[in-house]
Amino acid sequence: MQYQSQMVAKPYFIAAIGLFIGQIIFGLIMGWQYVVGDFLFPEIPFNVARMVHTNLLIVWLLFGFMGASYYLVPEESETELYSPKLALALFWIFLVAGALTIVGYLAVPYATLAQVTGNELLPTMGREFLEQPTITKIGIVIVALGFLFNIAMTVLKGRKTTVSLVLLIGLTGLALLFLFSFYNPHNLVLDKMFWWYVVHLWVEGVWELILGAILAFVLIKTTGVDREVIEKWLYVIIAMTLITGILGTGHHFYWIGTPEYWQIIGSVFSALEPIPFFMMTVFAFNMVNQRRREHPNKAAVLWALGTAVMAFLGAGVWGFLHTLSPVNYYTHGSQITAAHGHMAFYGAYVMIVLTIISYAMPMMRGRAAANSEKAQVMEMWSFWLMTVAMVFITLFLTAAGILQIYMQRMGGDAAQPFMVVQENIALFYWLREGAGFVFLTGLILYVVSFFVGGEERKETA
Amino acid sequence: MMNPNSHTTPTTNSPPGDLAIWVFILAELAVFGVLFAVYAFARRYNLELFDLHQQHLNRTAGLVNTVTLITSSYFVVRAVAAIKEGDAKRCGRWLWSANALGLLFILVKGVEYQHHFSQGIGLSTNLFYTFYIGMTFFHFMHVLMGMVILFVVAHKAGRGGYTASEHTGVETGASYWHMVDLVWIILFPLVYVMH
Repeated sequence: MQYQSQMVAKPYFIAAIGLFIGQIIFGLIMGWQYVVGDFLFPEIPFNVARMVHTNLLIVWLLFGFMGASYYLVPEESETELYSPKLALALFWIFLVAGALTIVGYLAVPYATLAQVTGNELLPTMGREFLEQPTITKIGIVIVALGFLFNIAMTVLKGRKTTVSLVLLIGLTGLALLFLFSFYNPHNLVLDKMFWWYVVHLWVEGVWELILGAILAFVLIKTTGVDREVIEKWLYVIIAMTLITGILGTGHHFYWIGTPEYWQIIGSVFSALEPIPFFMMTVFAFNMVNQRRREHPNKAAVLWALGTAVMAFLGAGVWGFLHTLSPVNYYTHGSQITAAHGHMAFYGAYVMIVLTIISYAMPMMRGRAAANSEKAQVMEMWSFWLMTVAMVFITLFLTAAGILQIYMQRMGGDAAQPFMVVQENIALFYWLREGAGFVFLTGLILYVVSFFVGGEERKETA
Repeated sequence: MMNPNSHTTPTTNSPPGDLAIWVFILAELAVFGVLFAVYAFARRYNLELFDLHQQHLNRTAGLVNTVTLITSSYFVVRAVAAIKEGDAKRCGRWLWSANALGLLFILVKGVEYQHHFSQGIGLSTNLFYTFYIGMTFFHFMHVLMGMVILFVVAHKAGRGGYTASEHTGVETGASYWHMVDLVWIILFPLVYVMH
């Protein structure tokens, strides 16, 4: 590690992994509730488990992005972080606010939580993924502003690279777009539309810039390929991301009451959203093939390549499956959406955060560059267990989705009601739950791999 | 292509400019290709509607813009030729001229949009206008993007940033600009003329 202040990333990464474990546990609870409806009722109703599962995901990914930024920006800028103290203070604020919010979800009914937190003063609660109480949202904005200030000041005082610039644009976009979560028009159509300004423009817009920047950083470090070459690719990828992703938002506007032309705009542009992901795959493999060094951290390289492949499959291919409006007419809001959501989030964002943790953590824990052979082997096992489990979760949900659409939406007069169909496809939910436990095993192994000692792996020529 | 008189760049078989821009150009052409294909299908099922409203477009303006872009592409060709001879000043001048024509395109197109909007025509008016406004505006944004690129390259050329032996940047910018021109050459007959 080149700069002392990079160490502030460590608590962020630890918190991220801790919350990740929580997310998976709630995922398993929900998966069980899919087939045993009253499991843990009334203590943890399904809607609460779902809220915790998705909110934890977002929060831990944000922890991951912030940790990644605190780690890579000083190194890119060749200077110490502007204020490590501010970074640590924000960490605790964010963690406490996040924990209190989750406790609130679990301890009291949602309506009570809204009342206690003064939601009626500025109503922002009740929208999927943005369920956080208004005060939590304000806290998020404060943390984001402090974080951006810290990162921007560091970039300004040091070397300016494409990687840090793209990262900064992505993070700024992330913060700005979140402001739409405070805008709740009475008109339901507008309400939904602006909701997507946060949700879609995050994951299919600015988050992809963050993903690209982190991936580029890790590839520069592990392959030794010229920065120039990698930065060029980064430019092309983010340009394509924005060209397809921004107008691609239209694929959420098909059935919410917006004008008809969104059917065309949404279909065409979102159909092309796999292109930047495909470029990312080609890019990652090319850089690793052209490597000028054998970095001792094989696990980090595996995560980086895995990110590129799984992001293309999950976000690109599974997104394309149901993005064209004539197809989406049938698939909308079915298990196909759930399948896509799982693999896309895992492939693009979970894996990139695990990539940077895998790369940075050994150094923050006193190693020169990488963990021991033994620890890395275990980490690679966890990679394969989690990744293969996610592939199966996706396949089972896709199968469930196809059957669901067929029985529930395509039968004409013979179409069956929702709950009947859910009973019919229960087998796939059981299989998905099984794959979920394999995923958890992988995650446990991942955590254990941090505690495996042994001699450090050295760079081979 | 080998030019025996060129005492300059190590010419190769690979496309001029940076390879990355060609990846980008291919992706961009794919985007426009899909748009053209969807347009073709939509038009086939709504022939009368498309033919009727196409007549309301200003073909003269479209033609002026076509000539403008083709001329600007020629200027860009001259700019590349100039830098290959090591004349950065002349290269810069050609690029500024090309950029000026880009601006003319923007103005003419802007007047056209102004005319439509003043009549209350928008994306929602009908399927034809959805395509006409959608596709031309998407191209419009590309002209702006191309102008930004040409601006940067012209600026760098003016400061002596390119030489006869190293001018990848000029070729890269030129390639992108030709793409913008090429798309319009298809877009113009497709939307304004063919019926």
